[in-house]
Amino acid sequence: MTGQDIISVTELTKVFNGFTAVNHISFSVKAGEIFAFLGPNGAGKSTTINMLTTLLRPTSGKILLNGHDPVTSPHMVRQSFGIVFQDPSLDEDLTAWENMDYHGILYGIPKELRAGRTEELLKIVELWDRRKDQVKKFSGGMKRRLEIARGLLHHPKILFLDEPTLGLDPQTRSLIWNYIKGLNQSEQTTIFLTTHYMEEAERVAHRIAIIDHGRLIVQGTPEELKLQTNTSSLEGAFIALTGRDIRDEEPSNMEQMRMRRKMFGRHRR
Amino acid sequence: MKVIYILWLRQLKRYFRSKARIIGSLGQPLLFFVALGFGFGPIYTKAGGGDYIQFLAPGIITMSILFTATFSGIEVLWDRRFGFLKETLVAPVSRLEIMLGRTFGGATVAVVQGLIVFLLSVIVGFRPTSMPMLPLALLYMVLIAVTFTALGTAIASFIEDMQGFQIIINFLIMPLFFLSGALFPLENLPKAVVIVSMINPLAYGVDGLRGTLVNMAHFGLATDFIVLGSIAAFVLLAGAYLFSKIEV
Repeated sequence: MTGQDIISVTELTKVFNGFTAVNHISFSVKAGEIFAFLGPNGAGKSTTINMLTTLLRPTSGKILLNGHDPVTSPHMVRQSFGIVFQDPSLDEDLTAWENMDYHGILYGIPKELRAGRTEELLKIVELWDRRKDQVKKFSGGMKRRLEIARGLLHHPKILFLDEPTLGLDPQTRSLIWNYIKGLNQSEQTTIFLTTHYMEEAERVAHRIAIIDHGRLIVQGTPEELKLQTNTSSLEGAFIALTGRDIRDEEPSNMEQMRMRRKMFGRHRR
Repeated sequence: MKVIYILWLRQLKRYFRSKARIIGSLGQPLLFFVALGFGFGPIYTKAGGGDYIQFLAPGIITMSILFTATFSGIEVLWDRRFGFLKETLVAPVSRLEIMLGRTFGGATVAVVQGLIVFLLSVIVGFRPTSMPMLPLALLYMVLIAVTFTALGTAIASFIEDMQGFQIIINFLIMPLFFLSGALFPLENLPKAVVIVSMINPLAYGVDGLRGTLVNMAHFGLATDFIVLGSIAAFVLLAGAYLFSKIEV
């Protein structure tokens, strides 16, 4: 089922004003596999995803995604992937239906297919009855569900899921994972996911990489990780590898810019 | 094309869903009509200029388009804050399409605003001199709107905080507006002011609108069209380039 490398990352580094968020990491993801990218808060997961998805330019290192470099041919890369962001990215003044429909148009999905999939997905996330409501009237969980439904609308080669099921109830989580696994099997969609639910990662992922303090500390199948750390669950392996300290949330790029401006605003530029 | 259309449509929907925005933005032009039109009108007439409202109305219409257009760039900042910007940036669409869609959306809103102010001006006594010229007047309204929406959007692409954006835009458009000939004729002004107005893109917009509405063009309609059109095209391309540089 799995084949060639569809994502390959070599010595990837991102430095924000002296702070190394991602430090010379290398890994590869094979076409058709479900790859879990795990790590504590602030480990560099989102920064890595932003670089893979053309939203951030690496300081150094090389990325190839579906054979294209996000720095030199961003358009080709963007045609290869879809993403469910960790943070909200909906237009709250639009209705649920409009958010789905506009996404479909941005990704060039033909009209009939768009309508059909939108209905199917909105039913899965139980928002079909609310499709004509503006998103700003939705609760946090409803927005999250819509966000996921939207991300699944166009069937890309590679699907990035940045903590997709955070804050969802078990029923919805299970429905969504079934849909994602279905996509993976029927269309050989490569799934690149981050999550803090270790049992979820253990259940769905073919391979796992763990990043901490910007460095990739281990990669392998869940079994290999457990064997290596001599633990019985992925959660145990994760804690054995990353320690028990509680981490602060990684500041977003924008917050970092703001902090920089506060500290150096008058002196730089 | 479809992408440009959908980004355009999105902006219109957001505008028409916000009644406060429609009503609120009419306050300023109305105030200018009352304060300037009725305040300076008698002096202007006494000085031999004719009916001041006839002169002023194209200027006020331009003003409302200018403000609505430039400030519509702030939508980029809202989209950044609410995350929707990322959604458009990772989509496989060219940055020029994003820039065009956003610009046409904001520009359409600005033109609608301009048309409402035009109706308002007719109510306070403005009379366009030639009806067949009205479609041409609309063309100049569109040109002004596109130029300055593109400018606001391009600037918004590299500024992250709302207050900063508002300060910069105010700092930029106040001199553009006051030195555009919107409020007073450019004839017989000190040489320095005339030179400044000649490098002010808005002056050509005011001039085009005044030429078509009351047949009082200073630079000439063809010049107005060429200058504004070229600036609009340049700013659109610059904006597309800046959008390709955005990092989130």
